Amino acid sequence: MEQVDQLASLVPLLLGGAWLLPLASFTLIFLFGPKMGRHGRLAAYVATGAILGSFVLSITSFTMWLAQHGVTGAPTHASHDAESQQAAAEKSRAFLLEPSTFDPAANHFTSVAYRTDDHHEEAGDDADHLQNDHHGHGTGTSDHGHAAHQAPEKVVYTGSWYPLYRSKTLLIDIGYYIDILTVSIFCMVTLIASCIHFYSIGYMHEELTDELVDNECKLPDGTSLRRRGRFHRFFQYLSLFCFSMLGLVIAGNVAMVFVFWELVGICSYLLIGFYRERHSASTAANKAFIVNRVGDFGMIIGLMALWGSLGTFAFGDVDGRPGVFTLVTQAPGGIPNGMVRLAAYDQIEAGVQPTDEQLAIWREQHLGYGLLIVAGLGIFCGCVGKSAQFPLHVWLPDAMEGPTPVSALIHAATMVAAGVYLVGRFYPVFSPEVLLVIAYIGAITLFLAATIAIAATDIKRVLAYSTVSQLGYMMLALGVGGWLAGLFHLVTHAFFKALLFLCSGSVIHACHTNEMPLMGGLRKKMPWTAYTMLVGCLAISGAGIPFVIGFSGYYSKDAIIAQVLSFSRANPAHAPLYWVAAGGAAITAFYMFRLWFMTFAGKPRDTHIYEHAHESPKVMYVPLVILAIFATGVAWRVPGTNLSLANLIEDGRPVTSMTDGVFWSSLRIPNEHLSHSDVGIHTTATLVAFGTALSGFLLALLFYGTRTLNAEEVQQQFPRIHRFLINRWYIDDLYWAIFVRPTHFIAQRVAAFDRQRIDWFIDSTARWVRGLSRLDDLIDRYVVDGFVNLLATWTYGIGLSLRRVQTGRLRQYVMFIAVGTVALFVLASFLWSYAMAGS
Amino acid sequence: MNLLTQPVGVSHYLVVGAVLFVCGVVCMATKRNALGVLMGIELVLNGANLNFIAFGSHVLNRAGARTLGLDGQLIALFVIVLAAAEAAIALAITLNYYNNQATVDVDHADELRG
Repeated sequence: MEQVDQLASLVPLLLGGAWLLPLASFTLIFLFGPKMGRHGRLAAYVATGAILGSFVLSITSFTMWLAQHGVTGAPTHASHDAESQQAAAEKSRAFLLEPSTFDPAANHFTSVAYRTDDHHEEAGDDADHLQNDHHGHGTGTSDHGHAAHQAPEKVVYTGSWYPLYRSKTLLIDIGYYIDILTVSIFCMVTLIASCIHFYSIGYMHEELTDELVDNECKLPDGTSLRRRGRFHRFFQYLSLFCFSMLGLVIAGNVAMVFVFWELVGICSYLLIGFYRERHSASTAANKAFIVNRVGDFGMIIGLMALWGSLGTFAFGDVDGRPGVFTLVTQAPGGIPNGMVRLAAYDQIEAGVQPTDEQLAIWREQHLGYGLLIVAGLGIFCGCVGKSAQFPLHVWLPDAMEGPTPVSALIHAATMVAAGVYLVGRFYPVFSPEVLLVIAYIGAITLFLAATIAIAATDIKRVLAYSTVSQLGYMMLALGVGGWLAGLFHLVTHAFFKALLFLCSGSVIHACHTNEMPLMGGLRKKMPWTAYTMLVGCLAISGAGIPFVIGFSGYYSKDAIIAQVLSFSRANPAHAPLYWVAAGGAAITAFYMFRLWFMTFAGKPRDTHIYEHAHESPKVMYVPLVILAIFATGVAWRVPGTNLSLANLIEDGRPVTSMTDGVFWSSLRIPNEHLSHSDVGIHTTATLVAFGTALSGFLLALLFYGTRTLNAEEVQQQFPRIHRFLINRWYIDDLYWAIFVRPTHFIAQRVAAFDRQRIDWFIDSTARWVRGLSRLDDLIDRYVVDGFVNLLATWTYGIGLSLRRVQTGRLRQYVMFIAVGTVALFVLASFLWSYAMAGS
Repeated sequence: MNLLTQPVGVSHYLVVGAVLFVCGVVCMATKRNALGVLMGIELVLNGANLNFIAFGSHVLNRAGARTLGLDGQLIALFVIVLAAAEAAIALAITLNYYNNQATVDVDHADELRG
């Protein structure tokens, strides 16, 4: 028990350090960036050192976690959170989520592909100790209490580092919610970010100059733009991004998630617009930012729905106050009392606390369920924006304007994954109806983006659409109840998509063009890039020998398709989801190998580019090799143990309580373990995934590898479809027509009004004021000054005339005195006599 | 009323004082020599002194007036002292003037005219 407590305070400390290191690096570069070596070269080492430190801390906590809790990988589901009657002295403590039902069949879980049945005794023992120490948790689950001996318990550390605000109704703090998923994602993010930092040192070396010529940015006079290199700036943004992303992952409440959500948004904005002088880059940055705001608007609504009804943002319980998950999963029917009360507000008299019976009656009427749906849909809205799902996917392909390492780090591996991660994290709150929406959005995205990727010729755009499509896969998986499948694919995808993007960056670095039709045959020139990219293509297509071994994508895609199949069997009305998922696998394989063959195979199409192409420096291809290793084997089970990525994530499975739809009563979300334990489903899914991927690969081979079939002919055969795909389903044009054009129109009107009316008013006021002041000037000059001057002139004249009296002749003065005195006397006597006569 | 036939009284003193005063004024107005002017000033002052003393005569004192009856005489004493001080200063100025200009003609001393 002591050991557990030690870990409970140590892991948040380690991960908190890993989280804050990039912030320190950001601050340093922000303050001293330009002074760090020549052209800020040292900034790269500061940033890379910080992220490496984060990686080491993450790995340390990961190994400590494994040593303490082990990996069980056995399912924990449908359980209730402990009631928080235990008075924990520490801020953080381990919460034990006790399983209430346990399906023995689930022990066969994934036995075919990637796990063994051996039971982890140690973990079981640990669980027992925990169980004993935390007895009294399971009030509603006592009848299942013995199950804890067989099933592992989910370990979560929650707590708060710094309370921002606490009252009876509201609780906001800087806190953490750490389970094995958090730790795994930390390791994934820091590892990929480290690789990308190293790669960027090579990729961005052009910025190490005082005068950089940007050939893609023409000035009005036709010359290229010249500017100072911004090497340190790039690493500054990368550090800020890593800090934000890690903060998003470790965040203990939704408010904090939202803050970091916006921070990664701003980092993305800054990095997409890194070449800000290029019009396309600044437009793309704006587009990304604005489109994300649309999603965030929904997210704020979701947050308000949560806060207004539950009064807390925290995921887990903090210091004895129940968090959102506890409230939702412990409530009967999944509707927390707060939501019921808020929904039935018109039936509650002011100041009267509704009784339990009343609450039960209202709950029978499904009051509050709508609020739960609003909260779920709202949160999902934010995820739609960040993870580039269907209506808001348009920003991601444009985001490729940023430097390629950024595309790899942010727009493929980590940031766009944040949306999927949040859906996974918030899983208990999503009701089946919301999950169905998520599934459909994911399916639409997956299909739409995959088809666009077929026709794209820009190497980065192909990858961008492939990212959108894979994110669609994850959402689809989460939506059909495949929590593990979605997050599993999230991690494997992060590795191979980062790899693919960095490879494409290496190609662009060598060819100075993004257009695939100008490449070809490059594998002889740049073998490292070509073969690591081949690994990436195989991984994303889900290549493998069925039932034996495969690349990482093989396992995760398999899990997704199995779950979708399971879902479509449970809900035959939603079978199209399964077709899309299976068809998507074929398209994925097709466009990825199309890309590979067009770029690396065949004969060079542009000899000039081919002649100048060269392998990238070591600092760039070594990260490629590291990522290729992970893309290959990240999903493998460590021999002799049951340590595998899938089992790790399985340990972090949240407790969910809703499986059947309420408004849509026929809707059933099947238990994910069914898709693994049911051999029929699993074998079918594996074969279907393998078959479709193989067919996609063969098609690409025929078209672009052996050139048995001519792609141009097909293109001419179906010009409409080709145009439709080239124009990206006209979605951008549609948005242009219904949002951008009207906005421009209104803006122009407003601007014209501003110019013509408001400016006219202000101008005429100014003219009036000028006229008035001119008049005032005249008055001042001639009236006021005239009076003063006149007075002065008079005084001067009098002085002039009087000076003649002062002759300086003494005797004359005496005469004046004498005569004056006599005159005064005469006058006085005259007046005297006059006065006397008067009286 | 004929002053010559009257016994000596206040009016006689006043006449003498007036004569002295007029003599002094005339002297100041006509003399070009600074020392002459100074003498005229002395005459004027002493004419005034005579007036003070004459008006200080106990003959003119109203019965029951609460004074010593010496006001005129005292003021005359003051005037004498003042005259002495004034003469000292004026002589000093004149001497300086003479040192600078080698003359004591007041008509030449018109540098402060307007």
